[in-house]
Amino acid sequence: MSVLVGKNSKVLFQGITGSAGSFHAGQCIAYGTNVVAGVTPNRGGETFEGTGPDGKKVGVPVFDTVAEAVKKTGANVSCIFVPPLGAADSILEAIDAGVELAICITEGIPVMDMIRVRRVLETSKTRLIGPNCPGIITPGECKIGIMPGHIHRPGKYGVVSRSGTLTYEAVGQLTALGMGQSTCIGIGGDPVAGMDFIDCLKLFNDDPGTEGVIMIGEIGGNAEERAAAWIKANMKKPVAGFIAGTTAPPGKRMGHAGAIISGGKGTAKDKIAALTAAGVKVAPSPAEMGTTLKSMLKG
Amino acid sequence: MKIHEYQGKEIFAKYGLPIPKGIACFELDQVEAAAKKLIDETKIPVVVVKAQIHAGGRGKGGGVKVVKGGPAEAKKVASEILGMQLVTHQTGPEGQKVRRLYIEQGLDIARELYLGLVVDREKRRIALMASTEGGVEIEKVAEETPEKILTEWVDPTIGLGAFQARKLAYGLDIGKGSPKAKETIAQFVQVVSKLATLFEKEDCSLCEINPLVVTKSGDIVALDAKINFDDNAEGRHKNWPELMDKDEEDPVELEAKTTGLNYVSLDGDIGCLVNGAGLAMATMDIIKHAGGNPANFLDVGGGATKEQVTKAFKMILSSHKVKGIFVNIFGGIMKCDVIAEGVVAATKELGLKVPLVVRLEGTNVEKGKEILKSSGLEIEPADNMLDGAKKIVSAVKAA
Repeated sequence: MSVLVGKNSKVLFQGITGSAGSFHAGQCIAYGTNVVAGVTPNRGGETFEGTGPDGKKVGVPVFDTVAEAVKKTGANVSCIFVPPLGAADSILEAIDAGVELAICITEGIPVMDMIRVRRVLETSKTRLIGPNCPGIITPGECKIGIMPGHIHRPGKYGVVSRSGTLTYEAVGQLTALGMGQSTCIGIGGDPVAGMDFIDCLKLFNDDPGTEGVIMIGEIGGNAEERAAAWIKANMKKPVAGFIAGTTAPPGKRMGHAGAIISGGKGTAKDKIAALTAAGVKVAPSPAEMGTTLKSMLKG
Repeated sequence: MKIHEYQGKEIFAKYGLPIPKGIACFELDQVEAAAKKLIDETKIPVVVVKAQIHAGGRGKGGGVKVVKGGPAEAKKVASEILGMQLVTHQTGPEGQKVRRLYIEQGLDIARELYLGLVVDREKRRIALMASTEGGVEIEKVAEETPEKILTEWVDPTIGLGAFQARKLAYGLDIGKGSPKAKETIAQFVQVVSKLATLFEKEDCSLCEINPLVVTKSGDIVALDAKINFDDNAEGRHKNWPELMDKDEEDPVELEAKTTGLNYVSLDGDIGCLVNGAGLAMATMDIIKHAGGNPANFLDVGGGATKEQVTKAFKMILSSHKVKGIFVNIFGGIMKCDVIAEGVVAATKELGLKVPLVVRLEGTNVEKGKEILKSSGLEIEPADNMLDGAKKIVSAVKAA
């Protein structure tokens, strides 16, 4: 079992003819993801070619608009590789076309654009993952994003993270311990984004195929503190955590737009304290995320 | 990106926000004429000399002085401020050198208020905050007397409602003590609405007026202007590069930015080269965990080229404080061989005089390891990030 995406996901790529979009669409097809359509304005009618895991050629039709792509192919998930200043418009286009899930990989979208997108999301049935994220993967079934597929194994543990490379780190550790993953979700490093920790934890909590979760946070904002409160009240499964940025100086943006301690708020110390109080076991170092989750499992 | 008060006020003026008359001075010789001009135009004998640095708390640090003795005294006061190392609660103990001044007209102040807009990450809206406690640190007010901060949130599809501005006006009792209370309220509502528009149109991440004053005649004036821009929106604001004051930026961080790298200078002695912001932060943390101190945060990102990696590694190599280097890579889109090639190219040019520990994992890891091995460089490989952190810490301690 898994959450959000799996064998039945029909995926379209917005920006499929761009350099990043075409490379990663190709990688996802090679992983076995069911990519049914691509969208690039003025490129409708072309065919994007990829190679499936069986070595067979896969031809993906390209459309001018998401609405047309959805109508013709029944795509229900969209993965967005569009440059930052046009990305918000692309997310709105995906919402307008009624896809169930939009995943925006793009880094560097102005926060004002994301505030408008959030307002539209509030009244739509579309869920958004990202932006500024690696995407989502259900190992062995469906990879949508930029993560290296080969480090993952199908299994029973969920991962949700604000950081891309730290997600790979956690997955690598789990796989090395023989602990496969149900679904791994990168929610991204922007201050205003789509799904947050609580949205993902809810799904993992209700998924019979998930038996434990690693959640990876970082400095900035209070999403981890809010997640801690939710976990304390609702979570039935073990959650191991890690918070990056214990040594980060205040007032400095640490790479991610959202990773900044401002006005003394959003420190790693506060987040670790909140999570610990909620029963989350926080790994003492980023090298121990997998073993920390393992130590919480019964038997 | 941060800008100076006088630049913020130029933007305020563009949006019709009321500001005092003022003149920016970069040289001491300009001050006397500027003060004279202001006194002549306003018929007020008082001017204020204000240090322009990218940090708050300037008044307390001695960077803002009221001058009542005319243009000559203004110049004397300016000579003390210009070039001083101004220390405030936001600059750190080393302070910031004052290179620019703003000479401003004096005002008869009746009340000092606070008005600020920020992005509220939890509500995913712009939050508009107002308080009767102007002229002091708003963080302190939020901590000690949060009930004194009134907040309204802006609906991005509608904009700020006039009713919201009125709620704040009456909440602050803005007309209190004013000889023309109705007019004062109307002015305040205008200021709040215009500021909300400015925040959105100019892609701000922070916009503060502290203090926003009510004069004795009942007029609202923005006595200060603090604007931070959202770096992500730089592509649609052609004027931002000229607003940037390079003297206020860390030169290494600035160089990194132009190369497309995320770099933050830190106090320690172990240089780090990492891909991904989260892993870069976690690498700093694990170095500390192993008993060392990181010299920098450096995220080369996902799609870095060999040239960018070379540049990044050269930045670390040329830093005098660096006594050891830890390269920690988990390749996803970033390929390990690209990292290895960059590291080798940089060391060929600058030489390697300090211990180097490299941990490679992920895409093209074997290729990367091979490149490092055949380079003949003295590199200590690490199996995982904890192993790597321990190795570099002990190598630096042994040196």
